[in-house]
Amino acid sequence: MAYFLQQLINGVTLGSIYGLIAIGYTMVYGIIGMINFAHGEIYMIGAFLAVLSFTMLGAAGVTWVPLALVMVLLVAIVFTATYAWAVERVAYRPLRGSHRLAALISAIGMSLALQNYVLLSQGAGVKAVAPIITGRLTVYETPGFDVTLSYIQIFVMVLTVTLMAAFATLISRTALGRAQRACEQDRGMALLLGIDVDRTISLTFVVGAALAAVAGVMVTLYYGVIDFFMGFIAGLKAFTAAVLGGIGSLPGAMLGGMLLGMVEAFWSGYFSVEYKDVAAFGILVLVLIFRPTGLLGRPEIEKV
Amino acid sequence: MVDGAAPARKFSPVLAILKEAGLTAAVAFALALPLIGLRGFTRGGQMVVETRFEWLAVAVVVVFLGRVALILSRRALPALRRGGGHVAGWGGAIERHRLALGAAALAFVLAMPFMPFADRYIVDVFTLVLIYVMLGWGLNIVVGLAGLLDLGYVAFYAVGAYSFALLGTTFNLSFWACLPIAGACAAMFGILLGYPVLRLRGDYLAIVTLGFGEIVRLVLTNWVDFSGGPNGISGIPRPTLFGLEFKKRVAEGQTFHEYFGIEHAGVHRIIFLYYVILMLALLTNFFVLRIRRLPIGRAWEALREDEIASRALGINPVNTKLSAFALGAMFGGFAGSFFAARSGFISPESFTFIESAIILSIVVLGGMGSQIGVVLAAAAIILVPEMLREFSEYRMLVFGMAMVLIMIWRPRGLLSHRKPTILLHGRGGRAGGGGEGGP
Repeated sequence: MAYFLQQLINGVTLGSIYGLIAIGYTMVYGIIGMINFAHGEIYMIGAFLAVLSFTMLGAAGVTWVPLALVMVLLVAIVFTATYAWAVERVAYRPLRGSHRLAALISAIGMSLALQNYVLLSQGAGVKAVAPIITGRLTVYETPGFDVTLSYIQIFVMVLTVTLMAAFATLISRTALGRAQRACEQDRGMALLLGIDVDRTISLTFVVGAALAAVAGVMVTLYYGVIDFFMGFIAGLKAFTAAVLGGIGSLPGAMLGGMLLGMVEAFWSGYFSVEYKDVAAFGILVLVLIFRPTGLLGRPEIEKV
Repeated sequence: MVDGAAPARKFSPVLAILKEAGLTAAVAFALALPLIGLRGFTRGGQMVVETRFEWLAVAVVVVFLGRVALILSRRALPALRRGGGHVAGWGGAIERHRLALGAAALAFVLAMPFMPFADRYIVDVFTLVLIYVMLGWGLNIVVGLAGLLDLGYVAFYAVGAYSFALLGTTFNLSFWACLPIAGACAAMFGILLGYPVLRLRGDYLAIVTLGFGEIVRLVLTNWVDFSGGPNGISGIPRPTLFGLEFKKRVAEGQTFHEYFGIEHAGVHRIIFLYYVILMLALLTNFFVLRIRRLPIGRAWEALREDEIASRALGINPVNTKLSAFALGAMFGGFAGSFFAARSGFISPESFTFIESAIILSIVVLGGMGSQIGVVLAAAAIILVPEMLREFSEYRMLVFGMAMVLIMIWRPRGLLSHRKPTILLHGRGGRAGGGGEGGP
């Protein structure tokens, strides 16, 4: 029971990170119907910015943790969002309206290019930062095994919930959110009603990248080590999470991320660490076979 | 991007160009500032960051000049915008002279190993290109003909390679005995994977196949007792020519050079391997060209164009898609066992997602469904990084950017060929879904 609880806590933490990345996939898919393959790389860039800015702040003598965190988050969000904006502008916008595979290949190319760009500019070695938030709470004590909740895990969960609330408000209450939902439903009609579709799509990429950047900062804090290749597998899993929850559905992305994080945590806790990725993809296959639209997705009726 | 310059035309065009390039350079500055201008590395167990502002300046200047050059070239050559007409012309010309070109290409590849420039390295590179041509043709069945997006094709390549490697090292079976078995294994995997997922829509199918490819690689990496894990399998038997081996001497029987009474040379084996893959690739091509004209091939193309209409006309979508999946997988399996035989050593490293991406981009770049396009694309995609070997650090970066640029320039591939193989009203009928294809 204690062990179960510990794995649940680990799973929710991991799931928060996947969920934040998955939202970027699901939003872009919802609005332009393409798999933004480079999104994992955007998250990786967010993590690199986190490492760089933590190191610089440490050198500059900023030691008050909350201030450092806020500054790192801001830096990571701003620069990562610029990357996503530029990627959309260069690699996806010229291909709008051509067939789906062209956009997918372009995205795969962009993903390779970004990965190797970071490899060349920052080197192949693993980057590590000293733990910034340390300490843990003991939640539940049993003889031989204590269930603990580290402060980083609390930070990840609280920040995720806050961001989700802010994001839900953005989508449901603001003009940008309305424009986004309109574009998702019918891009042509939205254009006729005076919505700047190109700008909305750009902003969708920016918002998705901002969430991915936060996930990158979180993962840097949580694991302490990053490398240039981390975006690929994380991106794949976040996409899995988005599909699991029903692609195009925002609560679905978060739910899918949570489920995936928990599957991974429980699988590594009870079975084997080596096969946790196999378990994650296995779940994806099973869900798609038995519920092809994902958990919260709307069934799509194909008409002639 | 060009539209952005339109309101600025009130000023002199030079100013407008400078303004636009300046904006691009400003964005480039923001992008390059953290990742090029700074570099983090570990010194004495601690992360330190050093600045590299000279690199940053170079990057910004390069982007500025590149943008100016791009704007100028666009104004000078409006044809360059969006898939210039002359290339569409090539596409049409290549399609028209298909037979002559095919014969010339065939003559060239047959004679290639004996041409004066062909040394060991060149023949080896051509062998590599042919492996990808064969993989491209195999995947073309799935993606180009049946219209199913498969991002995990490398799984079948891996199944073929490991089937031969395991059978060859455990039971001492020869390459030729294993080749059909490896193909059958891969086809069986194709059916196993295909059966549950083929009723999914395109993108879901893509991601499930991607997941399947990763599962195969992870199992091969982690199931050490079965596959040797990350260390892979070495000592895979080499193919023989009707039992003649390409070694200096063997314990019993004759070797290739003894039988023909020539000097032993290592290059014989390389040339032999080249002809083996050439034969396999030509077999694939012949098979695909013929099956396109059979009812099953027409059913694939019909399903690709309109699934609902095809079902209404009585085509069984499950069997049709499964056959495409299985046949595509089979050729992937053949290519995989050749790959294992050629290198004598395989490990899961060779079967990463990048391979799937490369094969898929060969098919898409070639223009889906076009057999000649696949050859051109495979040659470009394998030869260009090979020529860039001196700049090996940069080659994957260039490769990725080239994928983006080519897609922007020719979204339908080099030779866009999506005409149905058979038309109702003969050649004059309207080609369906041709897009911006040939003239």
